[in-house]
Amino acid sequence: MIAEPLINSADTITTKTLEISIGPQHPSTHGVFRMDVVLDGEVVRALKPVVGYLHRNHEQLAEKISWLGSMPYTDRLDYFNSMSNNWAYALAVEKLAGIKVPERAECIRVIMAELSRLQNHASAIGFLLQDCGAWGTPLLYAFKEREKILDFFETVSGSRMMCNYFRFGGVRVDLNDAMLAMARKIVAEFPKFLDEFEKLMTTNEVVLARCQRVGILPRELAIAGSVSGPVARASGVEYDIRKVDKYGIYDRLEFGVPVGRIGDVYDRYYIRVLEMRESVKILQQVLRDIPAGPVQAVEVKLRGFKIPAGDGYGRVEGPKGELGFYLVSEGGPKPYRYHIRPPSFINLTVLEDMCVGHKVADAIIILGSIDIVLGEVDR
Amino acid sequence: MNYPGKGLVEGLAITARNFVGSYFYKDRLTTVQYPEERVQTPENSRTFPFLVFDESPDKPRCTACKICEVECPPKCIYIVMDRDDKGKPLQRPKVFDIDISVCMQCQICVEVCPFESIKMDNDYEKSRYGRFNDLVQRLPDLLKSNAYYNKIKPAEAAEVDAKLKAEAEAKAAKKAAAAAAAAKATAVPPAGSVT
Amino acid sequence: MIPTSEQLCAAVPGVVIEIVPSTLAAAQPAMLVDREHLVAVARYLKNEPSCQFEFCSCVTGVDYLAKGFIEVVYHLYSVALKHGPVILKVRAPRELDQCHVPSLTPVWRGCEFQEREVFDLYGVKFDGHPDLRRILMWNEFTDHPMRKDYVPPADYEWEPTPHDEVLKRAKADGGIMPPSALATEVKK
Repeated sequence: MIAEPLINSADTITTKTLEISIGPQHPSTHGVFRMDVVLDGEVVRALKPVVGYLHRNHEQLAEKISWLGSMPYTDRLDYFNSMSNNWAYALAVEKLAGIKVPERAECIRVIMAELSRLQNHASAIGFLLQDCGAWGTPLLYAFKEREKILDFFETVSGSRMMCNYFRFGGVRVDLNDAMLAMARKIVAEFPKFLDEFEKLMTTNEVVLARCQRVGILPRELAIAGSVSGPVARASGVEYDIRKVDKYGIYDRLEFGVPVGRIGDVYDRYYIRVLEMRESVKILQQVLRDIPAGPVQAVEVKLRGFKIPAGDGYGRVEGPKGELGFYLVSEGGPKPYRYHIRPPSFINLTVLEDMCVGHKVADAIIILGSIDIVLGEVDR
Repeated sequence: MNYPGKGLVEGLAITARNFVGSYFYKDRLTTVQYPEERVQTPENSRTFPFLVFDESPDKPRCTACKICEVECPPKCIYIVMDRDDKGKPLQRPKVFDIDISVCMQCQICVEVCPFESIKMDNDYEKSRYGRFNDLVQRLPDLLKSNAYYNKIKPAEAAEVDAKLKAEAEAKAAKKAAAAAAAAKATAVPPAGSVT
Repeated sequence: MIPTSEQLCAAVPGVVIEIVPSTLAAAQPAMLVDREHLVAVARYLKNEPSCQFEFCSCVTGVDYLAKGFIEVVYHLYSVALKHGPVILKVRAPRELDQCHVPSLTPVWRGCEFQEREVFDLYGVKFDGHPDLRRILMWNEFTDHPMRKDYVPPADYEWEPTPHDEVLKRAKADGGIMPPSALATEVKK
């Protein structure tokens, strides 16, 4: 005999929302990043990102050192892709000063940037799967491949991550045949790794259940929120700066730009896989025929380099989105104003909209799918 | 053929292949047992700067011109020129400190040095116990011989040696040409002295 | 198609637009708009079918100490028509009580964090911003660090690489410095 309950709990117990902060010390927030969430049980009702824990005042430092002296600091912005950051800064300065880059240097820049994109996307997927709970397996498979690319960067520029390789008007050192053979080997082995990587995850039931229909970003919100990069393309925004601005030699290369439809976490993961395949295509084309020639513009001095007065904005398609530099020069050897337009910082604008209504665990993987790096968010 | 759990099973097959394969194939086992074995870093690898001397540490190539101190972005170099009793500069450093807790290994000091005297080392085992002063490298720690430079970076050092030799030869040739011209000028009798 | 200043003057009555040229190489002349009509110009650029600048890429603040104003610069691009950039500039006086411009966050959502950053680092208040508070510095911080006349506080716990002015100030304020910096005083 089941007794009738005397009091119905639903009438007497009320719940309140809980405000907690996720981070800044947290294994899954991709750095020192804090989210103040308002939770109703397990469901997120509101989310405010709090940044600034890694603010190193890069923009003010740059006003005190020469134009070239800021180049090593740009390595440390998005510390996963130092080559792309270097290129964005070099592009902005070359635009402002009117320096022309030799052909061979342009090809080398594309090689470095695309290799950088490959290792960034592989690590980003690895970290996303780590946030989903796959304890290290996809991450370390990605890192095994990333090691080959980092060894190549070390052979060419001397350092694995903080390469400081680009200069205004070219690159610092030339690639000899041994280095080119190393690059070709990496590109030849990458598709096999990518097939294995994809097979591990794309049809995996756990990944599908956790990532599909989670964190949907509508197309209009992506454009209004100035979201760029793979996050925007997964939501259906066909905008790739390599195709629009045609900087470097990208107008001569044939590659596609994958665009998603739904814009959930799964789309953002799969877009990165497709972009890696396109990058391999680009690398195969460039490595096939690189012209001989100088790798630095002769008119650029190493010391005492001055830019005529004025301002300009230069941007590249970094692996995380649109990385731009706004530089103001007063005609001297140091910048008057040096501003970085960081993709990760601006992509976080829409984090709240994507997370509201989902559970806490989903909020973590939505953050992982945006692929932020705190060095860039806080500068 | 689709069955429930196909994705999971295929994924586990890949993991199993990697695990078993690591016993048989070198490229699947990538762990290196440091510090018993060390990965050989490439020749170009750079960590912190050092100063090169040719014959003895008393005669470094560095002339204390302070260009590297000015160009260093995080300003980690401190140089004081050595002077003799009368205060005349001796073109060599008395104090040359590099604070390697600040140095960001950007290599700009190497690029701007006009005398090929500061180069990048590839030694990465630099940990010390004290946080502040122990990580400052002073002049005796920084001075290393050209033989050491050739050992760690043979190709780059060979280029630098060839360049310095060419410069020295050009200077000597110019000096010899100037001496010959001066000797010729004094040997020829002035015109109009012999009538 | 990038609108000319005449078009904008016709579309938004009363606006005062000045073209600010740039270096020849960059070829990115900017349009300096007055504060009262900034939102109207922004809405026109976003909604007009021939312009469609619906992507606000970059919001920057620049402190022109010598000229006495702080400038906020907006870079706009178009995703639909793939053209751009259009550069909007607006100026505000440097005095903190008068330093405010209208916010463009109601027009472009992406300006939200960047305008907060300009407020935090330069002290420019954005009227109409939904949530204007500090973003990179901590909440209790006073003063605005990126201004050209900002003087860092004299809290030299440890000044690792003092050179030049920093060395002079650290010595004057009695800061702790590494012996290497003091080595620069070695005479003979």
